[in-house]
Amino acid sequence: MSNWNDQRLERIISVLLRTGVILSAAVVLLGGACHLVRHADDPASYHVFQGAMPEYRSVRGIVHAMGPSNCRAIIQFGLLILIATPIARVAFSLVGFAMERDRTYVVITGIVLAVLLLALA
Amino acid sequence: MTILEFTPLVFVISMAAGYLGALTGLGGGVVVTPALTLLLGVDIRYAIGASLVSVIATSSGAAAAFVREGYSNIRIGMFLEIATTFGAMLGAFLSSRTPTSILSIIFGLVLLHSAWQSSQRHSESPTNAAPDPLASRLKLSGSYPEHGATQQYNVSSVKAGFGLMFGAGAISGLLGIGSGALKVIAMDQVMRIPFKVSTTTSNFMIGVTAAASAGIYLSRGYVEPGIAMPVMLGVLAGSLFGAKHLIGARVRVLRWTFAIVVAVMAVEMIVSGMGKLK
Repeated sequence: MSNWNDQRLERIISVLLRTGVILSAAVVLLGGACHLVRHADDPASYHVFQGAMPEYRSVRGIVHAMGPSNCRAIIQFGLLILIATPIARVAFSLVGFAMERDRTYVVITGIVLAVLLLALA
Repeated sequence: MTILEFTPLVFVISMAAGYLGALTGLGGGVVVTPALTLLLGVDIRYAIGASLVSVIATSSGAAAAFVREGYSNIRIGMFLEIATTFGAMLGAFLSSRTPTSILSIIFGLVLLHSAWQSSQRHSESPTNAAPDPLASRLKLSGSYPEHGATQQYNVSSVKAGFGLMFGAGAISGLLGIGSGALKVIAMDQVMRIPFKVSTTTSNFMIGVTAAASAGIYLSRGYVEPGIAMPVMLGVLAGSLFGAKHLIGARVRVLRWTFAIVVAVMAVEMIVSGMGKLK
């Protein structure tokens, strides 16, 4: 386990973050293009707050609504990938600290991860 | 306005905000919300929902680069993220219970403070103060590359820094911004962490902090796909341009111009909030 050091952990995290952002941007772009084509002439009424539609307000709802005909759900799914990126980073750090046998930081990282998952639940 | 007119307009405004945010170091989120509410009359709750999402994109993108260069300190970041994530959840919870007029005023004040802070020339505070015993126990001290050599540093006032980070997280969750300025103050001024390490570690933490409030924003319907899509893509594109430009010269004049623009927006936010108070 000696080659499991902070530097290696940092390098992998760097790749993870970049991949998450690129993937998310690609999915949002796809959903966005579809949204523009389908709803080009709809009025943009964002002056008054109504809130996003109920099915776009939870992970379960978004995944359920996903499909080629639902452009907005594709956008929301891309945004979920984005929100998941830092969470994946924390989860990965947890594994890294466990490999380094750093008990203090396994606990610290575990708390952060629990808060993040709780917030999204 | 139709979707076909609205979307490209929001994209261009967000791109300008992302560019400005990267160049001034303020972050895209803090600029895009006033731009959307003041210029297009978008409801502030939609604006902060979209802005928060874009904050995750820019901070994760930038953090990827900084981590590789060895400036950010993963342990400091992870330890302080306990404070920022709890703060962010509290802030996001309060956000839905605060009238939009008050949100607008608080936003203006925070924006004013960030503009002032970014216009100050940074003086490197004396490092290597006596290390906090708590910092040694948490293995927070570290090193970073400078002029080809490795520079060591210690960390002091861990408890005070931790408390300030909770506040930074709460502001982030309340207003849908990264609150990088406050995070840097906590690390650089209070914990005496070198400036370069503070700014990059702060950037590293912003995404995690924002992810904590994103769940709450999502469930309250603040993340509206029609707005979040052009804002996220625009801010991300703009901040990439801004980061490239930073390396070029003549940045100081630009920074000053932008600081003034941001200050004007801040005053407008306060005035518009005051107008809605009654």
